[in-house]
Amino acid sequence: MRAPANPPGTGHVGQQRPHEAALLHVTGRALYTDDLAVATPRVLHAHPVTAPHAHARITRLDPVPAYDVDGVVRVLTATDVPGVNDGGVKHDEPLFPVEVMFHGQAVAWVLGESLEAARLGAAAVAVDYEPLPSIIELTEAIVAESFQGARPRLERGDVAEGFAASTHVLEGELEFAGQEHFYLETHASLATIDDDGQVFVQCSTQHPTETQEIVAHVLGLSSHQVTVQCLRMGGGFGGKEMQPHAYAAIAALGATLTGRPVRVRLSRQQDMTMSGKRHGFHATWRVGFDDDGRLQALEATLTSDGGWSLDLSEPVLSRALCHVDNAYWIPHVRVDGRIARTHKTSQTAFRGFGGPQGMLVIEDILGRCAPALDLAPEELRRRNLYAEGQATPYGQPVRHAERLDRAWQQMLDTSSYDERRAAITAHNAQDPHRKRGLAITPVKFGISFNFTAFNQAGALVHVYKDGSVLINHGGTEMGQGLHTKMLQVAATALGLPIERVRLAPTRTDKVPNTSATAASSGADLNGAAVKDACEQILDRLVPVRERLGATAPWEDVVHAAYLDRIQLWAAGFYRTEGLSWDLSTMTGSPFKYFAYGVAAAEVEVDGFTGAYEVTRVDIVHDVGDSLSPLIDLGQIEGGFLQGVGWLTLEDLRWDAGDGPQRGRLATQAASTYKLPSLSEMPADLRVTLLERAAEDGVVYGSKAVGEPPLMLAFSVREALRDAVGAFGAPGRAVELASPATPEAVWWAIEEARR
Amino acid sequence: MSSDPGVPITPTVPSAPSAPPSVQVNGETRSLAGARAGASALDWLRSIGLTGAKEGCAEGECGACAVLLARPGLDTATEWTAVNACLLPGAALAGQEVVTAEGLGGPRDPHPVQTELAVRGGSQCGYCTPGFVCSMAAEYYRPGRTSFDHHALSGNLCRCTGYRPIVEAAEALEAPRDDDPLLARTTAPAPSPASARGEAWVRPRDLAEALTLLAEPGAVAIAGSTDLGVEANLRGSRPDLLVAIDGLAELRTLVVDDDAVEIGAALTLSEVERRLAGAIPLLDAVLPQFASRLIRNSATIGGNLGTGSPIGDLAPALLALDAVLVLASPSGEREIALRDYFTGYRTTVRAEGELIARVRVPLPLAGVTAFHKIAKRRFDDISAVAIAFALDVVDGVVVRAGIGLGGVAATPVRAVATETALLGRPWTAVTVEEAATVLGDEGTPLDDHRASGAYRSAMLGQSLRRLWAEGPPERTGG
Repeated sequence: MRAPANPPGTGHVGQQRPHEAALLHVTGRALYTDDLAVATPRVLHAHPVTAPHAHARITRLDPVPAYDVDGVVRVLTATDVPGVNDGGVKHDEPLFPVEVMFHGQAVAWVLGESLEAARLGAAAVAVDYEPLPSIIELTEAIVAESFQGARPRLERGDVAEGFAASTHVLEGELEFAGQEHFYLETHASLATIDDDGQVFVQCSTQHPTETQEIVAHVLGLSSHQVTVQCLRMGGGFGGKEMQPHAYAAIAALGATLTGRPVRVRLSRQQDMTMSGKRHGFHATWRVGFDDDGRLQALEATLTSDGGWSLDLSEPVLSRALCHVDNAYWIPHVRVDGRIARTHKTSQTAFRGFGGPQGMLVIEDILGRCAPALDLAPEELRRRNLYAEGQATPYGQPVRHAERLDRAWQQMLDTSSYDERRAAITAHNAQDPHRKRGLAITPVKFGISFNFTAFNQAGALVHVYKDGSVLINHGGTEMGQGLHTKMLQVAATALGLPIERVRLAPTRTDKVPNTSATAASSGADLNGAAVKDACEQILDRLVPVRERLGATAPWEDVVHAAYLDRIQLWAAGFYRTEGLSWDLSTMTGSPFKYFAYGVAAAEVEVDGFTGAYEVTRVDIVHDVGDSLSPLIDLGQIEGGFLQGVGWLTLEDLRWDAGDGPQRGRLATQAASTYKLPSLSEMPADLRVTLLERAAEDGVVYGSKAVGEPPLMLAFSVREALRDAVGAFGAPGRAVELASPATPEAVWWAIEEARR
Repeated sequence: MSSDPGVPITPTVPSAPSAPPSVQVNGETRSLAGARAGASALDWLRSIGLTGAKEGCAEGECGACAVLLARPGLDTATEWTAVNACLLPGAALAGQEVVTAEGLGGPRDPHPVQTELAVRGGSQCGYCTPGFVCSMAAEYYRPGRTSFDHHALSGNLCRCTGYRPIVEAAEALEAPRDDDPLLARTTAPAPSPASARGEAWVRPRDLAEALTLLAEPGAVAIAGSTDLGVEANLRGSRPDLLVAIDGLAELRTLVVDDDAVEIGAALTLSEVERRLAGAIPLLDAVLPQFASRLIRNSATIGGNLGTGSPIGDLAPALLALDAVLVLASPSGEREIALRDYFTGYRTTVRAEGELIARVRVPLPLAGVTAFHKIAKRRFDDISAVAIAFALDVVDGVVVRAGIGLGGVAATPVRAVATETALLGRPWTAVTVEEAATVLGDEGTPLDDHRASGAYRSAMLGQSLRRLWAEGPPERTGG
């Protein structure tokens, strides 16, 4: 990597910066997609007509009664679609269905002068349904063999041989819940049409290019007739990677048909009812250990709950299989993956993208098996950590495995782990009603999209005659601080104070053919593209710089270059080198590198109720050379607590009874679906960035940080298991449901006391 | 400021108002003309371009819509009070003073709360942030604040940060400067919204007028709108006429005498909490666990009992305390014991047009009280089960037993069988274990998304065991 052109100035990489829009956030000035709609004259409001069945055939859909409602302008149905009636990329998601596939699915949309008019109009649309049998629960789907998509197998070695070499063979199963994204900003799109019929969609999307493509195919247009812009998102977490497309298409269709701007913004209930979530999984497993507690063989079947359509379920499953090892060397492995089709929302990307699900399986196995092996869980885990020279089950060498061990040791040292273990043992011996637990768990997470082609990015950097710099790149800002990092990368690459650089919103007519801002890769890919563009410009300025001297102000150099007719803008491009992935054999080196982390959590559990508190959490996490330490810290802490929510609190429930509400999401509001509040924040939280962790070949030695910290939350689940065990006789295995709500913990305590 | 006092208010459903009332927003007087029926204060604020406040959930759970209202204070003439703008009808802003995140400061002149949040990484996606800013600012201006009360933020959700930098920002706040204009505002009298009317909304002059209005078909009393607002936003409820009773002086009294504590129905739960000042320890135990500060700043004690929720958190406690409701109607007042008030799922003996005026808690209070709330989340969650105890143990014998339960039947109930199992018995481990078994069989708890029926039942018995385990072996009261 090239050194910066000038000595570091303010706001360069590695310096602590608040979020670039922080002052706009706190003063209420930051604009989000739906804030634009408020100020858009003649805007129409869209409201869905939703189906009250989990599975049904539509036998009649009559929009006419809606037109009797004051203020209704247009009802959108399948006959209005000029292009393809589909809102996804797999062509299995009809925008206007004839067969309802989940409770609450939109079957038509009503446009009104006000949202109230659209709502009343939607209620007036007459729809008749013929209910059909439905599959709601994952276990029902498994019994019925209701599967969809690929059924990959990940295999290394010979599991029979592995089990033969094992002195302890254990087996079990586990079903664990999905998770609602609950980005604070629900799905929102605002579409307008210009004089030439060009479609402009402002959308809260992590994947503007794909939103553009879906809008184009629904409208029967080419991509160059559709522009998608994303100002910023009020959170994404993967939920806006695929799911915004259909809503953007509805807005664009409505705008095309009426000639007026159309706003689609889902209420929280609609968003939770209609949009996809993290996949819940079911796992059966058999595992072998030798006398020393070293893993010998793992055989498992992972079944994800895909919901009604494929969406991203296949790549999510691939990543789950590729992370079933987490940080542990398992010589013989065979893991089968399946995707269930159920009559629920189409489950989708969510921070970690299957990785957390795969890793939960092995962490659950180790937590449950430790007593049978007569080992402390922390000892069992450490004995099985990858060592240098070992490879993952899919054949990728685990580079920098020593960092895992280093982070582990640092954690033991700095968290006073052994002393606290002793204190907890003493406490638990004297308190019959409240027990404490402690656990330490590792994270190894592969960075890059499994699908190699997505590992590319573009950027557009303009240097204006006055020396000011405007950058565009293909990544989207959802709160993760990507734009902040990109400003720091550009300022560093150009050797300018950060104030000289401005970042413009993400638009498909500025940088085309972008990948989703996903897989934690936003900064790696777009940062490298921004840097490339900056370096092209610097290269062109070399003769001017030589002429004017090293101390000439940037503005003078730029001005002289302009007079010399030197191009002052550049398009940057980056593709990640060295990747390989064979989907048919599930082998290769799909990841540029691994991000590592270790967390230790301490909890206290109330034996009367199962309620608990997370009293202390220590984290050592590997972000390489941090591009922006305050941003990275925020990602670590926020990801961790989101993981804690998934594993302990957030409890998605669908009505699985046989009544008329079958298939309805019972937790479809903030009052019934609880995400972590301030009260779930650990009382004592200590985060350290792993030192000596520079990553070669990544922009300024940094590492991705978006997803990996979520999985540090396994430490909390395992600490709860530890505390629950303390209510019973020593040495007994503890099974814990996921999420480990107070009720789930209480039932586990009851079991332990038995 | 408010509607022309010369316009006679007749007890009929008003048509479109001729002189729309106004509101002060961020120091500017604005006409409320655009506040349509069914539209929230949040909708209205956003419609005039103040888009800082966001709709995150439309049911008062996330706090992204929080704004500040100037309200009468206890220790200062005015207090800046944070409320959920998504729940409040837009029309109810009539005559009020509102400050939004935009009004606290701008990017070039941020408010201290905004500065601390910004520099410490307290915002990521920024969507919840204006709401956090307002909740935090209300606490910033709280009279006599010596430290930051985390409960001030209990009604605000953030999905990005993990909260640590937000808490750090809160704790870094110093006292407001003497020349702070919002601090100065607290020493002047609070706005006192006069009678006013908007579309399908009216603020009567006094209780008598309110009762006359409420006698009309389709009229509904509204105070904090924390329940009606959810009905409006999530279920499209559009009552013909909302009668705002939150400002009525007759309903805002709190009297403690030798026989009882009598609490005005239109006092917010935050006001009750502070004005009781420890007079009823059981309520002190309940109120910090009741929803969030944002909700407690609007929700009233009368509204909470008026909705007849089977769970509630106050009802179980007030049942245990033998509370009595004073119901008012145009024909006068009547009293009814709370234990006789609930008749079924969200139904009560309260007649159409009748209003809860006051809640009376008889004295002396029981000597041993406790409130156990079973929920998934520690702050701001709806109880799966709520259990309230009010016991007297004299000379080792249980002489009084009031046990109120929420979440185990179609209404809040008294645990009559358990009370019988305790009364006259020695307060011993044996008695407790026997009574705990009885308590476990009270009610008919259901399985739902909050908890299984089996867990709910188990928690009933556990609550009595916990009371025994946590308390001293011998307690006297009465």
